[in-house]
Amino acid sequence: MEKKHLTKQVDPKFFKEHQEKLYQALEDKHTTIEMMDQEDPLNSKMVLNMGPQHPATHGVLRLVLQLNGELIEKAKLDIGYLHRGVEKIAENKTYQEFMPYTDRMDYLSPYSNNVALCTAVEKIANVEVPERAHYIRMIGCELARISSHLLWLGTMIMDAGAVSFFIWTFREREKLYDIFDNIGGHRFTISHARIGGVANDLTDDALRMIKEFVNDFPQELKDFHGLLDRNRIFFDRNREVGKLTPERALEIGATGPTLRASGYAYDIRDFAPYARYDEVDFEIPTRLEGDNLARYYVRMEEMQESIRIIEQCLDKLPKGPVRTNNAKQAYPSKDEVYYSMEGMIHDFMMTDTGICPPEGAESYHAVEGPKGELGYYIQSDGTGHPWRLKINSPSFKNLQALEDMLDGEMVADTVVIIGGVDPVMGEADK
Amino acid sequence: MDLELSETLQQTVDKLSENFPDGFIGVYQSTGDTFVQIEGDSIVEVCKYLKNQLHYIYLNDIFGIDRFTSEGRFEVAYHLISLRERERLFLKVRLPEQDPVLESVTDIWKSASWMEREVYDMFGVTFTNHPDFRRIFMPEDYEYFPMRKEFPLLGIPGSIELPSSTPDTE
Repeated sequence: MEKKHLTKQVDPKFFKEHQEKLYQALEDKHTTIEMMDQEDPLNSKMVLNMGPQHPATHGVLRLVLQLNGELIEKAKLDIGYLHRGVEKIAENKTYQEFMPYTDRMDYLSPYSNNVALCTAVEKIANVEVPERAHYIRMIGCELARISSHLLWLGTMIMDAGAVSFFIWTFREREKLYDIFDNIGGHRFTISHARIGGVANDLTDDALRMIKEFVNDFPQELKDFHGLLDRNRIFFDRNREVGKLTPERALEIGATGPTLRASGYAYDIRDFAPYARYDEVDFEIPTRLEGDNLARYYVRMEEMQESIRIIEQCLDKLPKGPVRTNNAKQAYPSKDEVYYSMEGMIHDFMMTDTGICPPEGAESYHAVEGPKGELGYYIQSDGTGHPWRLKINSPSFKNLQALEDMLDGEMVADTVVIIGGVDPVMGEADK
Repeated sequence: MDLELSETLQQTVDKLSENFPDGFIGVYQSTGDTFVQIEGDSIVEVCKYLKNQLHYIYLNDIFGIDRFTSEGRFEVAYHLISLRERERLFLKVRLPEQDPVLESVTDIWKSASWMEREVYDMFGVTFTNHPDFRRIFMPEDYEYFPMRKEFPLLGIPGSIELPSSTPDTE
């Protein structure tokens, strides 16, 4: 009998060439296994398209799975549905103008994205950041990490079958949104960091709310642990699912909690400390199992560590300015802009030309975002616009690991594995 | 320019220039990061050597740079990490404007697969020996390489016309 070809069975309606190539790629994956396959008398093989509009894919991720019964023989991922070309946009904007776009990359933790861009620009343009701004940024980043991990927790457990959990984690996220609202004036896309510091100081109200949150959250975390750690259903759905051995995790380029759950304590906060992470005390949670349960433990412990870091930051929070006072490098404060001529000129210059790093300078700077290493490579041509800005996004790399991970899993576990890897398409597709 | 290389990076650079006299072009530093320039032909050997001998086991990123109007227009940068020595190293390869081709490093690091596809998708640099060479963000039917400098920010030449931004002057 002639072997059935996938590409002949499907008749794509849009982007014909793209679809055909994608199915061809699926057919060609692990061709050695394919050759051993005999005909399929029971007709148990099928190709399942999951997404891009599927609630469990956390955005617009498309998976093409070849199934044998309930087993995923091989999988291909199709990404790019949210590609907005932010790197291209960056080349046509000043550094500060580009910053709000980073909010929309990993939209679950906008604060870390802002800080990532600002620290990268500060590195290439050699900008000094006041001490207090460093600590405010650290507080913001850790709050963003908790916010992102809470969303992961809610959705991952919803993927595993418990819907009510989602509501509980969102109750906590709501508090975080209120805090961010108080810090920077926006709930979601905060854009609080500025090149050379942050936009404004923490208000007393914000400080009180952060302290309250830091006080109450460990108890919530304990309750979450209490609900899940001895939960038979949760355990069975996650243990030995989506396994990624240490060697494979490194080989396939996993990053963040996915890599740490496979045994490598690779964390930028420790590998190349930025802000003032070298002055606070924290652990890097790691696990050796590399399955979904290990990722759960790593992220839960990370939230615990984040609380510890915020507590230390609040203790150490020094007094002083929150933005550098050099008008060539950062926006002047609004007081200056409204009441002095120089202030207004400087504000105009910063908006019009912006900060100009030296010509030919190149630099790479990364922060540890909630999803993993989030780095910005910037190449300057001496003007206010970057010549090249490359975003090293963790979700992109983790999705590649996901493609590798899915082979040989059960189709019912797909959503749990996606949940465990926790990709954000806004960031992966750039 | 004086280099301020750490001990391990100095060793890496020395060993590279020793073992690859033909492939090694030079090394430079910029704002604390170290960039090693090598010839395109030797990329696979150099990467193999770096991974197996010098323990750069983690490939963090591969990205393209368009050096529009410069000789050797395209540049592909490899961002490697040695977890043991806690060092970052950037390898850079320059490619001509006409028909930029490089050999794929997917045999050395599997993670290179998507990264190389991204470079191809955005800049049109072709990688040989790649197991699954397709575009990654843009659909296969797309004819352009959007990160090239001549690609406009708004409106594709020959595509549907953009609405007039100054309606009064028609």
